[in-house]
Amino acid sequence: MLAFQLALRNLLGAGLRTWLNVIVLSFAFIIIIWLKGLLEGWDRQAKNDMINWEIGTGQFWHVSYDPFDPFTLSDSHGTIPDVLTDSVNSGSLVPVLISQGTIYPNGRMQSVLIKGISPEQEVLALPSSKLKSDGVDIPAIIGKSMAESTQLKEGEYVTVRWRDKNGTFDATEIRIAAIFETNVPTVDVGQVWLSIDKVREMMLLPGEATLLITNGEGWQSTDTDEWVFKDQETLLSDIENIIKAKSFVGIIIWAILLMMAMLAVFDTQVLSIFRRQKEIGTYVALGMTRGQVVKLFTIEGAMHSVLAALVAAVYGIPLLALQAIRGISIPVESKDFGIAMAAKLYPVYSLALISGTIIIVLLVTTIVSYWPSRKIARLNPTEALRGRIQ
Amino acid sequence: MNDEVIIKIEGLKKHFPMGSGRFTALNGIDLSFGRGEFAGLIGPSGSGKTTLLNIIGTLDVPSEGKAIILGESVGDLSAGASASMRKSQLGFIFQSYNLFQVYTVFENVEFPLLLQNIDASKRKKMVLDALEWVGLTDKIKSKPAQLSGGESQRVAIARSMVKRPSIVLADEPTANLDAANSHNVLQTMEKLNRELHTTFIFATHDDKVIGYVRRKIFLFDGKVAKDEKIEQN
Repeated sequence: MLAFQLALRNLLGAGLRTWLNVIVLSFAFIIIIWLKGLLEGWDRQAKNDMINWEIGTGQFWHVSYDPFDPFTLSDSHGTIPDVLTDSVNSGSLVPVLISQGTIYPNGRMQSVLIKGISPEQEVLALPSSKLKSDGVDIPAIIGKSMAESTQLKEGEYVTVRWRDKNGTFDATEIRIAAIFETNVPTVDVGQVWLSIDKVREMMLLPGEATLLITNGEGWQSTDTDEWVFKDQETLLSDIENIIKAKSFVGIIIWAILLMMAMLAVFDTQVLSIFRRQKEIGTYVALGMTRGQVVKLFTIEGAMHSVLAALVAAVYGIPLLALQAIRGISIPVESKDFGIAMAAKLYPVYSLALISGTIIIVLLVTTIVSYWPSRKIARLNPTEALRGRIQ
Repeated sequence: MNDEVIIKIEGLKKHFPMGSGRFTALNGIDLSFGRGEFAGLIGPSGSGKTTLLNIIGTLDVPSEGKAIILGESVGDLSAGASASMRKSQLGFIFQSYNLFQVYTVFENVEFPLLLQNIDASKRKKMVLDALEWVGLTDKIKSKPAQLSGGESQRVAIARSMVKRPSIVLADEPTANLDAANSHNVLQTMEKLNRELHTTFIFATHDDKVIGYVRRKIFLFDGKVAKDEKIEQN
């Protein structure tokens, strides 16, 4: 307790020197927490968007379906098995039929994925109700990125061409009934959404689907060999990997920041031991053991991070809270990242993140403070009393 | 002074490594000090007076011989035991005061009591008493940088005396002071010596100090050249 009391007294007595270190260290605290909070917020937002717009809580895949291999699409469809029919009829499973096609917007040609989904579905956030047809034309919905790249606008018609199950080419005109805005590029870029009944009719695949999407819990694979259940964890693994890769960059920045802050503490400690030789000798003369002086200097160094945490709390809590409420505008298009990224990210600062950061910084500061302080144990007190550099 | 011997030095030698050989700073010292002495180790630079003071103060150990302080052999003390002795029984006064610059006068004097875990109210009383002895009760909130040399040394005296040690070791305490301040400081120490029966041992070559001490031990080349006691009225 005495060592803490003396360390605090020494630190506060040192004035500006202490506060400069404390302020630098507090910046490190705030930036580390902010950076980690931003990544955490991005992670959470990306996953939520993916769940709401694309994957639900799980999907049944046709056994041949491989989203990374477009050549499998012509074979990856099948009749919905009897065990799942009731769920499809009740709306808790939403069938999606996927096919390759081409559209010709403004005289240009573009390959697309034609995706059929029920206009009545409520599992995904897609505005599929716009796909209800009055029989006059074929309504379609596309994402904002798709609309920008094709320069298609709401109400415009575009020709779509496809091959049916027999390999026969056919074409028709579809009307852009709605353009939706989403952060999830995998339901937007290069995709045209139609009513599933229309796609089945176009493909000559009545009652068939490529995927069955659910937002319910407790699903598992059926005993049919044709459909495989993919749970949410599996479906999110790609995004998890991307976030992990981005987190790695975050860790490097985090380490650099921490290192810079620690350099300030280390530098202060090394200088202190040289500059305060006479003081060290006096401590020993007044009855402290050299071990106690090492402890005092170590606590002094480590206390920088305690003070820094307090200072960081004063200006950091309002600053970080404001960002968590208002969000941070991201000037980069989400499609450039390949994963769901909102125009505004809302950092998430968990108790674990804040307490973890404080503990790590405190531990590292203590180590960095102890390291040069060990030299005190080897000092000759009679030489130190005279202020002789040893 | 009474006859109780509190420091007994026998055949004390101290060598320091120097290049490939060694330098002998103390070469067979035999001395003893009783409680309440006001003695000076007098000699030119290099005569061994500071080395002897450091050994008496348990900051250094003999190379040969014995130094028994308050019944404990300095060479046999563990680091903890010697620190404990310094903490409770020994006071130090240095040429350049060695005050903690970031502490106030009160905090400087309080420091030895903090090391002894004395409770706050008792501590405060002891610090104020010590500052009263040296006439600095009006400076308790000042920092050392705001004090004159004489005031700083009086704070150092208060710090050394606040724990009521048996022995105070003063290494050239007046070397940085003018004549008036030197006399003031020496009178203060003499008063404390008489009132509290604390043993004071000075290492000095200052005539002003030599004029105050009641025992003059002349050191030359690490040996006691003369040991002279002055009878008091």
